[in-house]
Amino acid sequence: MPILEVNNFGKRFTIHHLNKTMHAVEQIHFSLKPGEFIGIIGKSGSGKSTILKSIYRTYLPDQGSILYDSKRFGTIDLSKATERQMLFLRKYEIGYVSQFLNVMPRTTSRQLVEHSLLEMGESEDRARMEAENALIHFELDPKLWDTYPNTFSGGEKLRLNIAMATVKQPRLLLLDEPTASLDQQSKKKVREVIEKLKRNGTTLVGIFHDIEFMEGLCDKVYDMKTKHFIYEKEDECIV
Amino acid sequence: MYEKPILKVRHLHKQFGKGCTQCQEGHSESLQKNYCPKCGTVYACRDVSFDLFPGEILGIVGESGSGKSTMMQCLYFDEAVTSGEAYVNDSDLMGKNMFELSAQQKRSIRNHKYGMVYQNPVHGLKMDFSSIGNIAEKLIAAGKRYVNEMEATSKNLLDSVHIPLFRMKEEPQNFSGGMQQRVQIAKALSNNPPILFLDEVTTGLDLSVQANVLDLIKKIQRELGISMVVVSHDLAVIRMLADRTVVMLNGSIIEEGLTDQILEDPQRAYTQQLVYSLI
Ligand SMILES: Nc1ncnc2c1ncn2[C@@H]1O[C@H](COP(=O)(O)OP(=O)(O)O)[C@@H](O)[C@H]1O
Ligand SMILES: Nc1ncnc2c1ncn2[C@@H]1O[C@H](COP(=O)(O)OP(=O)(O)O)[C@@H](O)[C@H]1O
Ligand SMILES: [Mg+2]
Ligand SMILES: [Mg+2]
Ligand SMILES: [Zn+2]
Repeated sequence: MPILEVNNFGKRFTIHHLNKTMHAVEQIHFSLKPGEFIGIIGKSGSGKSTILKSIYRTYLPDQGSILYDSKRFGTIDLSKATERQMLFLRKYEIGYVSQFLNVMPRTTSRQLVEHSLLEMGESEDRARMEAENALIHFELDPKLWDTYPNTFSGGEKLRLNIAMATVKQPRLLLLDEPTASLDQQSKKKVREVIEKLKRNGTTLVGIFHDIEFMEGLCDKVYDMKTKHFIYEKEDECIV
Repeated sequence: MYEKPILKVRHLHKQFGKGCTQCQEGHSESLQKNYCPKCGTVYACRDVSFDLFPGEILGIVGESGSGKSTMMQCLYFDEAVTSGEAYVNDSDLMGKNMFELSAQQKRSIRNHKYGMVYQNPVHGLKMDFSSIGNIAEKLIAAGKRYVNEMEATSKNLLDSVHIPLFRMKEEPQNFSGGMQQRVQIAKALSNNPPILFLDEVTTGLDLSVQANVLDLIKKIQRELGISMVVVSHDLAVIRMLADRTVVMLNGSIIEEGLTDQILEDPQRAYTQQLVYSLI
């Protein structure tokens, strides 16, 4: 039973003042089993981010269905879920990470990670402890814990972003080119993080611009051009 | 649905003026925005419906004149609605349209269920009462009787909105705009309301003061889990505070969605214009 099944998904954008409607993506099909990692590749503008943002409902899905096997709601079509259901899922089940840090201003790294936990109902003590563990785990310099992240480097922002998303132990994690602006060393760290998440059973959908990075990491690779999987790890896909 | 709204608003309608054959209760095409040029009737709120859920901040955004304040004043019983319904999830009031309750019952809802923070502190505070007295007044209305207890509560509240202890006996008229707004928030919170209305509470404040008040609101929501309706013409304010956002234009709701979706994938022409002007 797949945890995520995208059927005939399509998304149009209408820009009223230009009187223009354009198809960002069409006819996307793919599905993932729990614990799998699927990578999506395709040239810039081919609609990769649109797919991820539509799953997370930052974009309003348009055509097709996005069936997610939720712990709380059972199988739910994310394109039709209520806003409140989506907020619940974002809080407890589905995470989203990009290279951009989009957070409450004037909030320290530590507070941000703690909030991730507190909003799930963790106690203050637990939140404090787990937040510190996460910050250590993702190797954010302790000097930065009690500062605002707006001045952080790309790598630091990303690690904070990932820490915020992963302390929640999401069932499904969406990664939109998280490594885009990172140096080789930081990329390696991200890779380790992803491996760790996978081992813990998180299902992942990731967009990466370099295929090299995905090698050995993804169970499947979906190509936007052919609209097919161009790679499926053997031991996973024979069934 | 997996949860019950704490406040349900249905078909709220508010007009100023009697209407005429030309404007036909606001359905006519001949209106200029919300206004009938023939009879002068203003259709300030038209068929406004929404739900407010426990612990959430619902943002309501729209240009000046779109009916936001009128809607809030109707909900808070400052203004009588023309028609419509509102329900609060409370065992005593279950299934009762609050707009049809007696004046006394409405007062009781204001005293026990609601808090209101107005754009202009003059409407929420007695400017020539001490700050602590302003809060005590609301506590008395909510049924508190013990002076010591009230004083302690008031001090706590003022402290939590960062009014220094030594200024608590001062009148709000001596305070800066940001401080007045913080006293107003403390007062609105004093009866522990499950529902808080905030109407343009940062409009007109300096940016740094604005940030300070926004942080306070966010903190209150996080720590007390109060449900809030936050109204602003400024999408930047809504972006900071609200999980869900409703867009109003000419008295009607024209779009609603998750706040990030409204910002990144606005559907209606008006909302797109609003978002583009933010960037
Ligand atoms: N919010 C948006 N509004 C309008 N058009 C958009 C929006 N987001 C993406 N698009 C358009 O959709 C197409 C796909 O974009 P995107 O999903 O970002 O591609 P990718 O991530 O593969 O580079 C592009 O033509 C882009 O301009
Ligand atoms: N007491 C009143 N009498 C007549 N018109 C009013 C009155 N109060 C508000 N209005 C009108 O109702 C409309 C909505 O106003 P308001 O609710 O203050 O909008 P907003 O808060 O969105 O700026 C406006 O056209 C306004 O002029
Ligand atoms: Mg992209
Ligand atoms: Mg107003
Ligand atoms: Zn008329």
